[in-house]
Amino acid sequence: MSTIATDRNRLHRNRQRALSWAHFTGLFLVMCIICIPGLWIVLNSFRPTVEIMAKPPIWVPTFTLEHYRAMFGGAGEGGVPVFAYFRNSLIISVTSTIIAIGIGMAGGYAFARYRFRGKSYYFVGLMLFRAVPGVALSLPLFIVFARVGIIDTHFGLILVYVAMNVPFTVWLTDGFFRQIPKELYEAAEIDGCTRWQAFWRVEFPVARSGVASAAIFAFLTSWNEFALASQLTRSTGSKTMPVGLLDFTAEFTINWGGMCALAVLMILPALALTFIVQKHLISGLTFGGVKG
Amino acid sequence: MAEVSLRNVTKNYGALEVVHGIDLDIAHDEFVVLVGPSGCGKSTTLRMIAGLEDISGGEVAIGGNRVNDLPPRERNISMVFQNYALYPHMTVRENLGFSLLIAKRSETEIAQAVDDAASILGLGELLDRRPAELSGGQRQRVAMGRAIVRHPDVFLFDEPLSNLDAKLRTQMRIEIKKLHQKVRTTIVYVTHDQVEAMTLADRIVIMKDGDIVQVGTPLEVFERPVDTFVASFIGSPPMNLLEGKVSGGFVWITPDVTLPLPTVFSGKVAEGQRVTFGFRADNLMPKGHALTESGATADLSLTITLAEPLGAETMLLSELAGVEIQGKMLNPRPVSEGEVLECQLSLDHCHLFDTATGKSLR
Repeated sequence: MSTIATDRNRLHRNRQRALSWAHFTGLFLVMCIICIPGLWIVLNSFRPTVEIMAKPPIWVPTFTLEHYRAMFGGAGEGGVPVFAYFRNSLIISVTSTIIAIGIGMAGGYAFARYRFRGKSYYFVGLMLFRAVPGVALSLPLFIVFARVGIIDTHFGLILVYVAMNVPFTVWLTDGFFRQIPKELYEAAEIDGCTRWQAFWRVEFPVARSGVASAAIFAFLTSWNEFALASQLTRSTGSKTMPVGLLDFTAEFTINWGGMCALAVLMILPALALTFIVQKHLISGLTFGGVKG
Repeated sequence: MAEVSLRNVTKNYGALEVVHGIDLDIAHDEFVVLVGPSGCGKSTTLRMIAGLEDISGGEVAIGGNRVNDLPPRERNISMVFQNYALYPHMTVRENLGFSLLIAKRSETEIAQAVDDAASILGLGELLDRRPAELSGGQRQRVAMGRAIVRHPDVFLFDEPLSNLDAKLRTQMRIEIKKLHQKVRTTIVYVTHDQVEAMTLADRIVIMKDGDIVQVGTPLEVFERPVDTFVASFIGSPPMNLLEGKVSGGFVWITPDVTLPLPTVFSGKVAEGQRVTFGFRADNLMPKGHALTESGATADLSLTITLAEPLGAETMLLSELAGVEIQGKMLNPRPVSEGEVLECQLSLDHCHLFDTATGKSLR
């Protein structure tokens, strides 16, 4: 009797162990699929072109900074205006993110807190706009922008990115504000706040993590966007970094090493920003304010 | 002085009217409890006094001034919410001082007021914690502290104890009562729990379906309920109610069960009138286990279906004319199911209601 029980216990334990290993292996594989392309870009940026093209692939690279040196070098040596592209990307992404968060947060708050006619239709409408593929808009946008005279300008791209990001920001912040019990602003109003003060002093700080994550999404969308930017920008004065990657393609060759080096430069600020803002993404900040 | 008065106050949501023109005068320093089942309009009424709901019609005045169109911040009220509504990103100290900070008081003044409130409510050691680090009872106390810190004219409580367990609720109930004795401010308190209402209130306002049914001291509403709704809502257990017909000085519940018509009602009912006979568990006791009381009684022989020993007394469940009724046994002895007990009903404390309208015939 007791031996049977022991056997069953052991069987169960072994099965649990096998399952947790399978689980671990599965997760590792998925992580590899996600991370290896990124890792490959970083590795390629540090190795000679010969190694990049090698078949079978060489896993441990010969370390070189030649692609970075060339990229920052003169035009004849394969250099590209990295600083100009970086500046353009930064201006366009930061400005469009700030505007999109401002508008999106106001919209999200309105959807979460106020009742008005046709509210659900507006909301679905916003989502539908987001469902239109960006590339499908590139031609109409190109024509309109060319007529208006804002093609190849920061302003044009900022406008496009704000329009792209607002619906998503509205949707995201609506969710966060909805989670905050309305009693919090009511308590603030009774404590002497105007509605505006109640928002900035109570609701906004509580929803800050949500707004921060919406801002990251908006920033990354603008920072990485290629399809529209490649159509709407032409000159060094307005080209963003993703578009700048195209500078490494010539008629017959592609400078993979240079492209990877620029891609690494592009990834770094985004990574750093996400890392910094991530600290504010503490979930459960609202816990404790109301019944626990 | 901060008396609160409601004049013909109504509340509509679109075409739906949820509060139907109520009138109420609350005196300075009075502790008034609005009580009623959920959906009776009591919270809506409180929120109209607070300024959190628009007033659809009528007038609300605080301290003699009409406040219908004033925002909450200009009414000099404070409110304790059912879910406490503490600011989660602030410490207890900041929560308590927030209203004074908004009012642009000096730092020393705020610190002084916060310390005073903290000492009244025993929050001294919690001042640097955040709400998430507090227990339910502590959060409740902080919510009360936030309310008293700026000495408002009126305190509003919206079911503040509903989220606490039974023991803590009793404890906090006592603290609220003590708080009222200390700070002497007008309090309007909403609850669905009639025990809270009875224990806390100077006056109870019983609401049903958007109307005030009865206003009175706890003893008045307990002893003189105006209708069967109040009779069954106030008091625990609810009043026993049996429908019958008046005939020949008796109330005929069924052809087999008759109860003598209490003398106080003799001139007030017509022969053949349909009435509802009401009595409380305290007025139906087994012989030898009752209070020695003079006055008219009726004898009833009851088969006990269930006995609930509570220690000092035992609640007895039985059936009379097919209706479940409850009695009470003082100095209890063990009672078994199916046992037949000779009981006496104290007629002087019985009630009679008109069955058609539900109104008291007293």
